[in-house]
Amino acid sequence: MLKQSKNYIIMNPDDNCATALEDISKNSQIQIRENSIIINYNIPLGHKIALEDIEKGDMVKKYGHTIGFATEDINKGDWIHTHNLTSQYLKEVVKT
Amino acid sequence: MNEEFMGYQRTNGEVGIRNKIAIISSVVCVNHIVQQIANKVKDAVPITHPLGCGQFGPDYSNTLNTLIGLGKNPNVFGAVVVGLGCENISSRLIAKNIKKSKKPVEFFDLQEVKGGSPAAIEKGIILGNRISEEARELKREPFDFSHIVLGLECGGSDSISGISANPVLGIISDRIVKCGGTSILAEFTEWIGTEHLLIKRAIDKSVAEQIHNLLSGFLENLKDLGINFLGVQPTPGNIQGGLTTIEEKSLGSIAKAGKSPIQGLIQYTEKPKGKGLWLMIEPSLDVESMTGLAAVGANIIAMTTGRGSPCGNPVAPVIKLCGNPKTCEWMAENIDVDVSSIIKGEDSVEELAEVLWLRMKKVLNGEKTQAENLGFNDIAIWRNTASPFQYMHCK
Repeated sequence: MLKQSKNYIIMNPDDNCATALEDISKNSQIQIRENSIIINYNIPLGHKIALEDIEKGDMVKKYGHTIGFATEDINKGDWIHTHNLTSQYLKEVVKT
Repeated sequence: MNEEFMGYQRTNGEVGIRNKIAIISSVVCVNHIVQQIANKVKDAVPITHPLGCGQFGPDYSNTLNTLIGLGKNPNVFGAVVVGLGCENISSRLIAKNIKKSKKPVEFFDLQEVKGGSPAAIEKGIILGNRISEEARELKREPFDFSHIVLGLECGGSDSISGISANPVLGIISDRIVKCGGTSILAEFTEWIGTEHLLIKRAIDKSVAEQIHNLLSGFLENLKDLGINFLGVQPTPGNIQGGLTTIEEKSLGSIAKAGKSPIQGLIQYTEKPKGKGLWLMIEPSLDVESMTGLAAVGANIIAMTTGRGSPCGNPVAPVIKLCGNPKTCEWMAENIDVDVSSIIKGEDSVEELAEVLWLRMKKVLNGEKTQAENLGFNDIAIWRNTASPFQYMHCK
């Protein structure tokens, strides 16, 4: 694994989210894959940032694997957490 | 790689990295006595718990076997088992089974000692001191790493754990396995969502089926009981730390177990049937998990944390590594290896694995971990049973 020199990390090239390696403020810009992304929310250390627009129902990928699906439309630069992402696995098996 | 550490040879062939005298309560009623005996005997540790009486069926066996397993742990030179006298998990039975590992073991019940608790404490100290004197005659000798049984643990995880401390530990777990040693991953609720990856690593079809059956069986149980596991895993603290779903937590969690093939599954209290990487069936509470790991023979436990955890174990030293810079600063007294330089961009996972390896070798050779320095001897026994007492309610 390469050393990190940025304030975020992308665990796998297939991922559509990055993890903040420090608190990142709203309206700041981060340079990802030749694109500049404007951060739409304050993102705390360890939380996830959308690298692209993700439609409601689409999968969110981290570590190269699905970590759940979007429960609402997510815009590039949005904070991804429990308000817009839920477990696919538990939703499928545990219908309550 | 012919690396060695200095350990204690046990008569049953196992190797300890500590030479402890375990003072064990057979039942909750004598915890105060056990604690006071352990305070006065050199190198003694108290093994206290809230159980030991009114248990039956598999619940009884599980508690009994956990206490026996802790006494048999290779880091234990000998044991004093204390009972009350009227409980069904008797001091005699625990002692008889620990003795099978050819260790010096004494036992007695408070109700058989004239003079009550003060006399029992006095008696325990005399018996403990006798064993402790014998223990001090045993010297450390060089052993190779095939004698290491590494317990893998994570607690108070945040989403930094999965990208820093957990992959660092994964490299060390693989290295122990390559050296011919054993590594054990517990906490099966933190494998949910990664079943497809674990199954690929199973050494054969039967192990793959066991992994599948365990996880799907658990999810079936949840469905039958109408329990929504969302909100249980990840925990509120995990969520605050940035972990959103169980899949995300599990992907980070299983990174602790590196890339080695999975030899098989073991029950809580069941020793691995060989070397290599094993999975232990235990839900995910840190102290229950580490109690189980020690009871199946782990001579060292490595615990990753993100948000911080103080937990220790009376018989297996717990070495803690943390990748969150805030936690490393705030809880420095609880952390053995600071791996936060990974997310600061200063060091790679591989470089920090080397740091952990060096620190772990020192711990194997006798250097105390932070949890040992603080005297933390946590025990919790997982009650993995159907019991007639479950689901009792007014109708």
